[in-house]
Amino acid sequence: MNTDKTISIEGAVCPLPLPHKDQIVMGHGSGGKMTQELIQRIFMPHLSSSSLQQGNDFGEVLLPAQSNLKGRLALSTDSHIVSPLFFPGGDIGRLAVCGTVNDVAMSGAIPLYLTAGFILEEGLPVETLERVAQSMEDSLHEAGVQLIAGDTKVVEKGKADGLFINTAGIGWVDENTQIGGALARPGDVVLISGTLGDHGIAVLAARGELGFETAVQSDVAPLNHLIASVLKAAPHTHVLRDPTRGGLATTLNEIATQSQVAILLEEKSIPVLPAVRAACEMLGFDPLYVANEGKVIVIVPPEEAEAALDAMHGNCYGKIACRIGTVQASPARRVLIRTLIGGMRVLDVLAGEMLPRIC
Amino acid sequence: MRFVDEFRDASLVKGVLDEIRRTVTRKWVLMEICGGQTHSILHYGLDELLPPEVELVHGPGCPVCVTSLELIDKALVIASQPDVILTSYGDMLRVPGSHEDLFSVRAAGGQVRVVYSPLDAIRIAKENPDKQVVFFAIGFETTAPNNAMTVLQAKALGLKNYSVLVSQVCVPPAMHAILGSPQNRVQGFLAAGHVCAVMGYWEYPPIADKYGVPIVVTGFEPLDLVQGIRMAVHQLEKGTHEVENAYGRVVTYEGNRASQAIINKVYQPCDRQWRGIGMIPMSGWGLREEFSDFDAERRFQVGHIQTQESTTCIAGQILQGLMKPPDCPAFGTLCTPETPLGATMVSSEGACAAYYRYGRIKNLMAEK
Repeated sequence: MNTDKTISIEGAVCPLPLPHKDQIVMGHGSGGKMTQELIQRIFMPHLSSSSLQQGNDFGEVLLPAQSNLKGRLALSTDSHIVSPLFFPGGDIGRLAVCGTVNDVAMSGAIPLYLTAGFILEEGLPVETLERVAQSMEDSLHEAGVQLIAGDTKVVEKGKADGLFINTAGIGWVDENTQIGGALARPGDVVLISGTLGDHGIAVLAARGELGFETAVQSDVAPLNHLIASVLKAAPHTHVLRDPTRGGLATTLNEIATQSQVAILLEEKSIPVLPAVRAACEMLGFDPLYVANEGKVIVIVPPEEAEAALDAMHGNCYGKIACRIGTVQASPARRVLIRTLIGGMRVLDVLAGEMLPRIC
Repeated sequence: MRFVDEFRDASLVKGVLDEIRRTVTRKWVLMEICGGQTHSILHYGLDELLPPEVELVHGPGCPVCVTSLELIDKALVIASQPDVILTSYGDMLRVPGSHEDLFSVRAAGGQVRVVYSPLDAIRIAKENPDKQVVFFAIGFETTAPNNAMTVLQAKALGLKNYSVLVSQVCVPPAMHAILGSPQNRVQGFLAAGHVCAVMGYWEYPPIADKYGVPIVVTGFEPLDLVQGIRMAVHQLEKGTHEVENAYGRVVTYEGNRASQAIINKVYQPCDRQWRGIGMIPMSGWGLREEFSDFDAERRFQVGHIQTQESTTCIAGQILQGLMKPPDCPAFGTLCTPETPLGATMVSSEGACAAYYRYGRIKNLMAEK
């Protein structure tokens, strides 16, 4: 045996794992050192709050100063999946914050705190995650809401589409606020905060499958400030709801069913951007069924309609808010639309997936 | 939107409707051929604005609806095979075959992709050289040149992994079948504007002459439709049976010669089964022998599959204008867009689906 060279004992220890700073690997979801490192390096700089900084497995927060025991809490949770992760006007991070902030706000609540659960796919560039965290930070700041708890898991390559985010939100509802899908009454006026179908068309175009380009931007935005000013101006508002998946038509059908009323729309009053209309024409889509992420349907008694509209006009997300219809007693549970040429038809819910037409 | 809004102008539409009302003296039955027209009529509530004398019946011009069950079953068999990517237009995915639809094949792991343009299928074939890419080439004369173009492209590119499952059908033979039926009620036609954009309307004068029916080439916007109806009613009241063009901004007598040349190069006329109607002789196109390498039926040996259609569904009578969707006992109860018994309830261009979505207003008013 050749003993000329001494064996270095130091060299025989197990090699340290690579730090994997550029892309997500399974170790980032282990709960160990790599997870901690990811939290410190990516999440904390963007999504810090006093609750998160305590490093507990729970978030502990205070109720807002104006709350009392007579108010109520509103909670909502939503899982966000979108392909591509970044699209004109937004990204999955902004969507995850705004989606839940808006759902909580639709109860008439002031959204206060959010939690976020991340499911990362092995191989996701860390830079992508950082951009998403930055976008969430911006949206949280805009909404005035804090992130108070979070979780990260990693799944094997191919088991998730890059990144999924679940967010849950909590808000405080004043004791005098009564908002709900079952509260629309005959005689009420139906308002919309802006143009319809922007988000759905922007995302579809970003997938690059349309065969044509469009400048349409997603409308994804936090609506809590707009809603707060509507409720101040029109305290007897009956229904607030954001027409997300399924679009205006599907959402109004839900309200008509919950409230046991008919809703009559005027097609000529419904705002749709020319580029969205053109894209829908080409694909055979109806913009009334296309998703929105920054619009709200407001149903108010007629005497408060003008005040609600004025309040919306004063917010950057409600500049072109307008009346689109009225609530009637019958035919109950139906949405009707007076068409551009004066005909009348039923506006039904969408059956299954919206598919482009053939010719 | 320019060149669209003008054709949806309520006051212009009303003017033409008033003219129809002044002209019409008795009951007439008109058929709009194309499912896109049916969709548009019900979408705008146009049928309710017409005078009661004018009855519109809905024709067979919905490509998804008339694609035979047999071809759908063949598509399902092909799509279920490993290493196959089946591509088609979106609506086709929902149409039930004998036992399942393409969505279920996809859910079970089959690769089924929606394409917006048939040339996307060629792109998919280029990107996936280890897979067989099949395009389910359905449609009327409107889709024929695009679908045929993929075969020419595949040949030019030397693509060995591309084939087409052809289900091309043609309008004029269907008009013969409808008008030649002893139960026919149709007295005038609104010819399908986009079919005529490709083919022109030189094929129609012999039909107008043989059966004594006016045929008006008609577009899809509300103003196009009322204009087509006005011209057809005017002819019926006068007792003439000319072929007229109410869609002059898109359609010429000769049609699109370049497209016709592509169709003729790739396809030849053949017999076709129409779902719900049956076999219409020489009513479709199939691949010419020199392109038979691209024939998916041969490549996947599914030529032997034969299927019987359900007897409950009255789609056949609806597509021939003999009955209307609400005449069907299953309409809106057993048969809905979520649980379609027949293809006319599936496609947005299908008469049953259009009635289901838009046409229930009268019933609703009656309910109340």
